[in-house]
Amino acid sequence: MSSTPSIRGVRDLQREEFFAPGHGLCAGCTAGTIIRHLLKVSGRNTIIVNATGCVEVSTTIYPYTSWKIPWLHVAFENAAAAASGVEAALKAMARKGLVDPERRINIIVLAGDGGTYDIGFQALSGMLERGHRVMYVLYDNEAYMNTGIQRSGSTPLHAWTTTTPIGRVLRGKMQFKKPIADIVAAHRIPYVATANVAYPIDMDQKFLKGLQVDGPSFIHVLQPCPTGWRFDPRYGIKVGKLAVETAMWINWEMTVEGFKVTTRVPKRKHVRHYLTIQGRFKGLTDEEIEEIQRLVDNEVERINKMVGEEVIGPLAD
Amino acid sequence: MESVLETRVRQVRVFLNSNYAAAYAARDADVDVIAAYPITPQTGVVEKLSEIIANGELDAEMIHVESEHSALSAIVGASAVGARVFTATSSQGLEFMHEVLHIASGMRLPLVMSVATRAISAPINIWNDYSDLMNVRDSSWITFIASTAQEVYDSIIEAYMVSEDPRVLLPSIVAYDGFWMSHTYEPLYIPEDRGIVSKMLPRRPRYVLDPDNPITMGSLVNPDWYYEIKYQQVEAMKEACRVVREADVKIKEYLGRAYEPIESYMAEDSEILVLTYGGAYETLQSAVDMLRSEGLRVGALKLRLWRPFPVGDLKSKVGGAKTLIVVDRAISYGASIEGPVALEVIAALHREGLHPTISSFIAGIGGRPVSEEDFKGMVKKALKLGDKALKIGSIHWGVRGVSYE
Repeated sequence: MSSTPSIRGVRDLQREEFFAPGHGLCAGCTAGTIIRHLLKVSGRNTIIVNATGCVEVSTTIYPYTSWKIPWLHVAFENAAAAASGVEAALKAMARKGLVDPERRINIIVLAGDGGTYDIGFQALSGMLERGHRVMYVLYDNEAYMNTGIQRSGSTPLHAWTTTTPIGRVLRGKMQFKKPIADIVAAHRIPYVATANVAYPIDMDQKFLKGLQVDGPSFIHVLQPCPTGWRFDPRYGIKVGKLAVETAMWINWEMTVEGFKVTTRVPKRKHVRHYLTIQGRFKGLTDEEIEEIQRLVDNEVERINKMVGEEVIGPLAD
Repeated sequence: MESVLETRVRQVRVFLNSNYAAAYAARDADVDVIAAYPITPQTGVVEKLSEIIANGELDAEMIHVESEHSALSAIVGASAVGARVFTATSSQGLEFMHEVLHIASGMRLPLVMSVATRAISAPINIWNDYSDLMNVRDSSWITFIASTAQEVYDSIIEAYMVSEDPRVLLPSIVAYDGFWMSHTYEPLYIPEDRGIVSKMLPRRPRYVLDPDNPITMGSLVNPDWYYEIKYQQVEAMKEACRVVREADVKIKEYLGRAYEPIESYMAEDSEILVLTYGGAYETLQSAVDMLRSEGLRVGALKLRLWRPFPVGDLKSKVGGAKTLIVVDRAISYGASIEGPVALEVIAALHREGLHPTISSFIAGIGGRPVSEEDFKGMVKKALKLGDKALKIGSIHWGVRGVSYE
């Protein structure tokens, strides 16, 4: 990856906008921020294949569209399959001279956690195994937000959703968040990364790398959702930052050269800083918060071991 | 490949089953992308196409998808960027595609798919009937049902002509009997020079995903526009009837073979007509010969075009016949008439003001053979029951423990 031109700051991004304002995303939704950055990195020569979800329904209400580049939506569970077809078609048509063989077109899947962790998982795995040159961008808001906040395979332990209420017996979601990026990495594709909208330069750099590999790439982006996570719309970036500062979220990348944590955290904050700013964790007991803290501690230990040094520091407060 | 047919296009005689005939048609149509998942009895199509591509006989991308749902989704994506695409399936595979069938037609993409028809689970059964095909009736796909391997080949070429016509832009299915046809070898003629098929199928411009002219495909449409967009599909399907007839003429002109939406055998002077579809039509013709030798004025009709339903053709073919017997190969559970084609025929003839005595039979479910004797038996039963036949609903022919006296 050393030959990759890098993005060091926002000045390295092009000024042209490919995602038009006037869409119907919620106030404070960070998905729009992710898309705006993604398209500034990918540029005009891009085809987006969007799974059904928040972004799809709020950016393409007929007869309007927010997309200044070609955009395709087929259904919920098959964005990876449709993108496989787009990629195969461009390859075959280039050989036959039906499209310009010199032109490299970025093919990007944009899907939420429902369309990736759950219903779209099979199509995703198939696309990765077949090795299509497609970058899959997962915007992860940790529940089915488009249908109104139902739990998904991505919802974290003890989080409230409309289908995982915090009751006397059941305390929010009773299962763990599925480690999707690890599962994707197990497919041995050339590039897998996790990113966070609150760290845009790191995120953009990963988009760039993902687009440059010869094969599938997967960028898992945490997308704080004010509506579903129950926080003030102005705090989207703050919540994203706290996720990293508490190590609830770790920014890393996996290339042929190995595993690397891209956002080091010298001293960690306690998870309660991240949890208490969000209504979805309201009403958790101290024991439940400590249970989440222990999960994070274990994950930090595992990551540090994998890297071979303490990239995520000790709990400071 | 010894004998040659001298039509406008020089053709060679080959010996293929219907699965291979479908694969050769996709080859000759110069498709760009194929995505398919193996299922009995369609598997031969995928295997033959893999072989054709591996040998360099066709320059195409073969996507070995992980399911039928992804097979159809992948060719939807490929077609959206302008590729000519093909897939093939059967039974459970067609059911698994169901969601995307509607999306493909709603997005007005000219996909072509072959279907080796097969019964549906449960109980699981790999043998032939048309329950799978009849289940996708309302998905807005132009649907041909072939009776011979030759017709499978020709219909797939024709399907591209019709689907890609700018007046239509709807996907097509070419169906044929699983096993009875998919695994039975027959002689057929195919063009010696494949380039001629490309001439029959010029690449036509349509809306595609292109960075130089970006469009949004598959957007969300609310009540203010949805109905108008779906109504355009209604119109396109009606238009397809005309375009199919034009394509029939073109197939005759180039390949010398004449097809009609409804075909007939010994029908002109018949008092009694028997209508069926698929491979059983061949058996029915033999049964007609046998009944004629017994002195009955019987003729056979074959439904070749299921969607759009050729109402006008049916009217002219039925003409003044007194008795019409429809033999279905699928069950519409709980319907007033459980034979899906019979139901359609009754509606169409009522619309056109023709009122022969109609009876509906269902036969050959789950691969049970339908012989000449069965057809003869159904005709005699229908004549015996007369007007009472339709009061029964559909007569389930050959089911043990059921009698219609």
